[in-house]
Amino acid sequence: MKIKLVYFGRPREQLKIANETADVPESLSTLAELLVWLRARGEEWARELAENRVRCAINQEFSGLAARIGDQDEVAIFSPISGG
Amino acid sequence: MSISIQEHDFDVAAEMAALRHGSSKTGALVSFVGLVRDFSKDDRIENIFLEHYPGMTENALDKIIREATLRWNLLGTRVIHRIGLLLPNDQIVLVATAAQHRGEAFASCEFIIDYLKTAAPFWKKEQTDHGGQWLETRDSDIQRMEHWIKTEKPA
Repeated sequence: MKIKLVYFGRPREQLKIANETADVPESLSTLAELLVWLRARGEEWARELAENRVRCAINQEFSGLAARIGDQDEVAIFSPISGG
Repeated sequence: MSISIQEHDFDVAAEMAALRHGSSKTGALVSFVGLVRDFSKDDRIENIFLEHYPGMTENALDKIIREATLRWNLLGTRVIHRIGLLLPNDQIVLVATAAQHRGEAFASCEFIIDYLKTAAPFWKKEQTDHGGQWLETRDSDIQRMEHWIKTEKPA
């Protein structure tokens, strides 16, 4: 399935990527599983996408790691927010 | 209700004047302006860089203001948040509220900035003389928001 990934904050800077469309295995069903799949891209990915480092949103709604992902979803991966 | 996310600076006096003229029933205007500090722990801040999530950030601010409008009888609100590169003493954020009486204006202004800190997707990177680091949501900000969640309706 196709997932649009967008990155903000620290992972955007460290991984040098703002957005991409990823073709992910149909077997992935949750955000947690998507992160495991992305961490396999290499050492930097494993470090930057560690569970205690990132927060996520699905289709622009904050989502916990157990949330389900689906084809054509927009998944955002970012460091904890710090506005104001 | 009006929300802006912008790189350029804002004029607090002009914004307050616009809010003042929004309703003849207004008896109280309150504003909060957040600024870039020049220190972080023991380091000197050279600049900060702010980014947001276009679409989601506007929706989050919209939801925060609607929630404030449900809690208090507001006659107007204005939120401006800057993004991009900012220097010490620059204005980062404006939250302004208009109401008939000061109690509602004070409380709603504080509520909106506390809620924004914990629920609006912005990211802030601080550049100091010892390097750069992305800031994270502070525990004290989360505690302030938890206080609002516990007090569902205004006192």
